[in-house]
Parts: sequence; structure tokens; C-alpha cells
Amino acid sequence: MTDIKKIKSLDLSRMDFVTNQSLKWCPGCGDYSILKQTQRILPELGVPKEKFLFISGIGCSSRFPYYINTYGFHTIHGRATAIASGAKLANPDLSVWVVTGDGDALSIGGNHTIHLMRRNLDINILLFNNRIYGLTKGQYSPTSELGKVTKSTPMGSLDRPFNPTSLALGSQATFVARTIDRNPKHIQSILKSAYEHKGTSFVEIYQNCNIFNNGAFKDLTDKKILSENIIQLEHGQPMIFGKNHNLGIHLDGYTPKIIDLNKDDNVSIDDVLVHNEKDIVIASMLSSFTYNDNFPTPIGIIYSVDEPIYEDMLQDQINTAIEKQGKGDIQNLLNSGNIWEVK
Amino acid sequence: MPKTKIKHVDHVVIRFAGDSGDGMQLTGSRFTDSTAIFGNDLSTLPDYPAEIRAPAGSLAGVSVFQLHFSSQDIHTPGDQPDVLVAMNPAALKGHLADLEPNGIIIANSDTFNKKNLHLAGYESNPLEDGSLENEYEVHAIRMTSLVIKACKNIDISLKDVERTKNMFALGLLFWMYNRSTDTTIQWLQKKFKSKPAIIEANTRALYAGYHYGDTTEMFTSRYTVEKATLPPGKYRNINGNYAISLGLLAAAEKSGLPLFFGGYPITPASEILHYLASYRNFGVKTFQAEDEIAGISAAIGASFIGNLACTATSGPGMALKTEALGLAIMAELPLVVVNVQRGGPSTGLPTKTEQSDLFQAVMGRNADAPIPVIAPSTPGDCFYAAFEASQIAIKYMTPVIVLSDGYLANGSEPWPIPKMDELPKIDVKFETEYNGKDKYLPYKRNKQTLARPWAIPGTPKLEHRLGGLEKEDVTGDVNYEADNHHLMTTLRAQKIANIANNYPPTKVFGKDNSDLLILTWGSTFGPGRVAVERLHKDKLNVSHVHLRYLNPLPIDLGGILKKFKHILIPEINTGQLRTIIRAQYVVDAKGLNIVRGRPIRASVIVNRVKKILGI
Repeated sequence: MTDIKKIKSLDLSRMDFVTNQSLKWCPGCGDYSILKQTQRILPELGVPKEKFLFISGIGCSSRFPYYINTYGFHTIHGRATAIASGAKLANPDLSVWVVTGDGDALSIGGNHTIHLMRRNLDINILLFNNRIYGLTKGQYSPTSELGKVTKSTPMGSLDRPFNPTSLALGSQATFVARTIDRNPKHIQSILKSAYEHKGTSFVEIYQNCNIFNNGAFKDLTDKKILSENIIQLEHGQPMIFGKNHNLGIHLDGYTPKIIDLNKDDNVSIDDVLVHNEKDIVIASMLSSFTYNDNFPTPIGIIYSVDEPIYEDMLQDQINTAIEKQGKGDIQNLLNSGNIWEVK
Repeated sequence: MPKTKIKHVDHVVIRFAGDSGDGMQLTGSRFTDSTAIFGNDLSTLPDYPAEIRAPAGSLAGVSVFQLHFSSQDIHTPGDQPDVLVAMNPAALKGHLADLEPNGIIIANSDTFNKKNLHLAGYESNPLEDGSLENEYEVHAIRMTSLVIKACKNIDISLKDVERTKNMFALGLLFWMYNRSTDTTIQWLQKKFKSKPAIIEANTRALYAGYHYGDTTEMFTSRYTVEKATLPPGKYRNINGNYAISLGLLAAAEKSGLPLFFGGYPITPASEILHYLASYRNFGVKTFQAEDEIAGISAAIGASFIGNLACTATSGPGMALKTEALGLAIMAELPLVVVNVQRGGPSTGLPTKTEQSDLFQAVMGRNADAPIPVIAPSTPGDCFYAAFEASQIAIKYMTPVIVLSDGYLANGSEPWPIPKMDELPKIDVKFETEYNGKDKYLPYKRNKQTLARPWAIPGTPKLEHRLGGLEKEDVTGDVNYEADNHHLMTTLRAQKIANIANNYPPTKVFGKDNSDLLILTWGSTFGPGRVAVERLHKDKLNVSHVHLRYLNPLPIDLGGILKKFKHILIPEINTGQLRTIIRAQYVVDAKGLNIVRGRPIRASVIVNRVKKILGI
């Protein structure tokens, strides 16, 4: 995990970020946990409360801004990333967060999502992925598994699911991470890292919809088996998982393999691949473990690199233009070109 | 030297027509600049194909620039050209029918070869077969050969030499109409600063054309068009897209707000993005988004943050922005949306003008979703329409649509340069304190305007949430209750209706009760006004009202309409304003509806009026 800078407290607490609105998510929904962890970490970021701006689209997750006492904008389906882009460009001093879902960000808003990531504005995207449409009552989503039987696919879905982290990497996102609703500590740490990262941070949060897709991530949340199914990534650390921390990812040429440090012959911790969050090849490989029965699902920071930020470059252009041309004077501009005088 | 007669004329219409690669837009623009500086009133109409370079010599590839200049106040680019410059057979074929009887044809005869004649659909060469002789004054000139001769010994390719033939045509017209070549020479020197050989070639071609007129005996007449008596002041020539960009910039200055523009390239609105992108030194933030939806969405985001936010597009893009417009209405955020209308539906006629997005602007959204709509009347008026749209957007916390069109966008006219200190200040008040007891109430309205307050993110204590769900009156909380929804729908409608209270009185040109009223909107102002002026010369009792405000309509309009026996509404659509007027005022308005991708001709309106009046 990346080090989180210690930032001095502004005497804010979780309760400062709780609104008076009654929460209208279904009892047992994974969204509650994510909201709570977000409200927990915001006071720790050293940002004045009025500088937070939460923007969402449409869907269950997108009700989030109503429940968090910051500036907020619950917008239209799929467009949160575009609206957030304008807001961030208008005032780069704001801490802008987009809350979205698998339908909102990857289906109707797919175009805006990929373009925000390639532009690398300093915005944090929290994608709540429950692999189903909740608010419209249970149709398959762009992350639902092939063959998913839902109201709109009685014979099974014909769509292959998106792999959100691979999509993000393909869109040249500079920060790609995954966390899971049942692991509050992990959510907190990933959200803090997302905030710390300068550039677009893409955080996929596996979130259980207990009404329409209950148990979608049970292999990753059932305490009895999760350690076999999840690999928790830490930068600079060997990729170890398993109940007894005995399993590791080993690279055989270009091919990743799982080795058992306790059982396999002639293997040691040195044979386990060390995570490097700055390495796009490792990130792509880890992302390919998604929906892959042969490998554990990675959670944590898959990729994180520093690249120039869009809003900084825009400001640089403005500064350069002023430096070269002088600060614009409208009357002079109106008076430019071929002018003649009628007397 | 042959004796050429000098003829004085009041006005002239020249149409330059040639292949897309022949530089007709450039030639027209150069002639326009010289004419403007000379002091004529003028109006231009560029008309070019949607394809960048359609096959050379084809009818589809002909690009046109029409210029009307006069010693008097004029309002249109002219109905029929007096002079047709045809750089190839296709240009002649496509535009001969529009030429005035006895009009002048100036043709580049070098291009009238077998292949080009065939492409244009001519069986024989019209310059030689006598078909034009009795009806027109024809000047067939071997322009290509003449520029090759003139540019001898200049070290550039033959292709570059041949490309100067448009300068030859321009030089000839400068001679015919007694215009100075100075501004064009200066322009060439600036444009091709690093290419002295190109400057030399174009200059020689320009002079070759000029001297050709002077020395050959082909031309029996030269023409003078005296300076127009325009009101005193400083002038420049301006097109509508540039005027809109400057209007937005001026509104940003007068409101003290940063200007944010989110958009996506679309013909014929892209130039607004281009112009604004070049004003980084004004602090302008332009954002070329991934699509039309993101363009307006980013602008809405910037509006929430307290910028003067705007977007510009054309009909198909407007369709894509529709849902976001609804959000701006619900969130009650200021936003200027420019629609430069073009022919449709669908992709339609991307480079041709039309007025067919009026319904879309006034009504084209789900639910009761009123938006103020302003339409500029001339290219220069686009400045004031954009400025006024910004004023309304900020004062009433609402999106505002500016309905321009392809003709206004690309057409140009002499423009008295506005003085910034004479433009009104635009008051902006960002909330900084609670407006309720111990809290901020985002939907507590101004009693007079019904506008809600504007508190921007970053302001301590005023954290609040906006959104597309129905808002509770005053608090802005989500509310689904029946009474509240009815109230909020009514308040949103009343807020927009209130805007009409600030309009100046509607002007009637001519008597305020007469036999017939011509009612126009947008760019049909010009032909409407010209038609009435001509009808007044014929002593006919007709009047003209031009509508700048399409929504809400002026409060005094109903009373005005009732005083006329007949109402005629010419529009470049199938009767959209007519439908609105008939529905709103229950008057028997008649339509004159021609959708040919061009402005309606004044003469057509004159004829229709006479027909209605039984003359």
C-alpha cells in the first residue's frame, strides 16, 4: 500500500459528512458500507469540507451525494464524469469525486468514463460494481456474467462482461484499484490512496446487491474461502495469498502460475512475483485475473503512475498565452482586424 | 487606351462560383474586405458543399460566395446576382439560372474543356455555341494561361501558379468596380510571410487581372458604387459565429465570471469553438469534449462552479444535448446554448441554412421544460444576442437558447464596433451566508424574478445538493409529493414567463395598423425588411414586425397582431412560427415557407404579399 501522508486535522469528524436525508437504499445493501467508509476518511484528508464535490449519475449508487454532507450533484444517466470534468476545470481547487455504477459508468456513460481517464483530470471515480441493474429492478448489466438469467434475459445474457480494470488500463488511466464492500479497512485505505493520487483515480468497488444479485461476490467475502480467492496487492511486496500465506504468483516466461511455497519442490519466496504498481505489464496481467477461475481476484492498487494532469496543462496554456500576448483586452480585440471609420 | 464608360449604380450583387479547391471563399472574402473599407454597406452569403473536396469539375463540388454591396443601407446578400464569376463549366451550369437578365458572366475559358463540359452536363461549350450571347454579357477569359504567363520565372510549381487564377479574377473585379488592391496585397504579405515566391505569384496574378480589364477592349463599362451613408463610428466586417464568440467574451467581462465553453465540432457551429479556443489569454477555458452530450454536461458542471458556461452546436447536436438541458432546467443553473441551425432532419444539409429548429428550441424536451429562446437577426446582431442570452441566463438562473443559423454564422456585414463601457454590467450575486434560519436554502427564490440563489462549491457553510429529481420548494430536498410537483412546475414556468416583463416594446416598421403585416424571426429579418421597403415604394400599406424573443413571446405582440388584416410569416421551415402564433393568439397567420437551404428572397415575399392583397 502506498504511504498516506499525515495531514493535519481540520477538526472534522464523520458526523460532519452525514446529511439529514433519510437513506433509501435497501436494508443490507453494500452501498451503506461504502458511504460510511467515505464519511470516515474525508475528515482525515485535510481538505476543508466546502471543497469536496460529489457528482453522480443515475442508479442506486448515484443517490450517494444526497447522503453525504458536501457539495453534491445528482445528475443524469452516464454523464457524471463529463459534468465532473467541467466542474474540475472550472475550479481545480475542489476535490471532485464521481460516484457511479456498472451501468452508469460502463454502459450508458462508457464514452465519458474512458475519456475522463485518458485526459487524466484529478478526479476520483468510485465505481460500485454489483454486476446487475438494481434501480430498474434486476436486468443484467455490462459486468454481468455471460449467460446471466435476468428479467430481460430469460434464456441467459448473450453479452460478455466488461472487465472494468482492463478497460481503465486500456483507457490509460493513471490509477486503477479495486476494493470490496465487506472490507471496510481496505476501502478506507484505497479511497485515501485514490485521493492522494494526482490524476484520474479509478476505483472499482465490488458491492453486493442483496435484492437482485445476492452473493455475486460470495467467493470473495465468505471468510472461510476468501483467502484462497483474493490476492491483496501491496506495492513492492511478493504476491502471496492463501489461508497459510502459502500460495504465490510466479511468472514462468510470460505465463503467470500459482505456486505453493509449502508443497511445491524447489520454490521459495524469491520465486514469487513482486508487485510493482508502476509496471503496466504486471498491471495488465493482474487485471486479467478478473473473472478468471484459475487465479485469485486481485484487490488493492493494480496500477499507479504519475502523468501530467489536464487541468494543470490548461492553466499552463492560459499562463503562457497571457505571458506571450498579454492579458486579453476585449475592447482591443473588438477593435482589431480591418477597421474603417465613417465620419 | 480604349474608352470605358463609368456607370454609377446603387448596388451590385456578385457571385463567385468555382471548384471547392479554387479558392472562391477566399476571393469573396478579399473582395468583401476591400469593399467594406471602401465604405459600402454590404452583406455576404458563403455557400459551400459539405464535402471538403468533391471531385474536381463536378456540380457537387461547386463552392459559392455571394456579395451584395451598395451605397445604401441593405439587409440581404441579394436575390439574384448581377455578375457571375464562373471558374469552370459546373459553376456556370449550377448558377446561370439565378443570374439577372443581361447580367455579366466572367468565365475562365481554360477550364471549359471536353472533360469538364461533360462533368457539368454540357453537350457543347456554352461560351462558344452562342447560347448565352443574347441574354448575357459574356467575358470568356483564359485565366489559367494568363497567370502562367504572368508568373513566368517564379520558382514555384505549375500547380501553385495555376492556383493563383482566383487572384486574377479578383484583380479583374477590383478594376471593374474601382476597388483598391492594397488590402489584398497586405493580406497576401501577411498570410504567406515565409513564402515570398507565393506572394509574388499571387500579386502578379492579381495585377494581371486588374490590367487585363484596363488594357483589353472587352469591357465597355466600369462601375462605381458610392460609399454608403452609414451612421458615424468605427466599423469592421463581421460574421455571425465570430460575433457570438465576442458576445460571450463581452458577457464574461461584464459579469466578472470566467468563461467556460464545452463543445464538440459540428458544421456550421465549429468556428465558435475555434475562436474561443484562441482566447486563452482572456482566461477562456474551452473543452473539446468526446461528444455533444459531454460538451453541454461539462458546461453544466462549470456553471455549478460559478462560471459563465456555454456550448454551441447545430440541430443534430442539439438533439443529443436535450436531456442535459432538462437537467439545467431542474437544477436551475445558468447556461448559454447556441444552435447554429442547418438543413435537416438527421444529417440533412450540413452547410446550408434553415430555420427549422424553432420547435426543437421552444418545445423539444420531455415534460414541461420551458427555456428562453433568442434569435439574432443579422450577423452583427449575433454579438448582442449572445450577450443578452448571458444576461438572462444569469439573472433568471436558467439555460437560454440562441437560435442562429448557417447564413448568419457565415454571412457578414459591416458592424459598428461596440464600446465595452456602453454595455450594461451583468450583476452576479454568489451567496455567502445562510439565507434561511441556520441553513442555506437553494430553492428560496427571488420574489420578483423567481430565480433561485447561486451558491458555488468552495463556499463555506453552504454545502448543498442539486439534482435531477424533483426539488422541494425552498429547501431543494428531493420531493415526490403531488402538490409540490404541481407548484414547482408552475414556478419554473412562471419564472421563464417573467422574462418578457423586461423586453423593450415591440417595434412596428410601417404603420401599426395596415393591410398586411410581415412577421419574421431570425435571419429572415433581412428579406422581410427589404420586401416591406419595396412594397412601400409601390405605396402599399404593409408593415413589418421582427421577433427577437421566441420564448417567452413579447407581452404586447397579441395586441399588435390584432390590428392587421393579414399576417404573413416567411420562414425557412414548413411553418413553425406560424403554428406557434396561431396557437398562442388565435389569428389566421399565413405562411411563406421555402426550404431550399438559402435565405428566402425578398422578391418572393413581395410577390406573395401582392398576391394576398389581390394586386
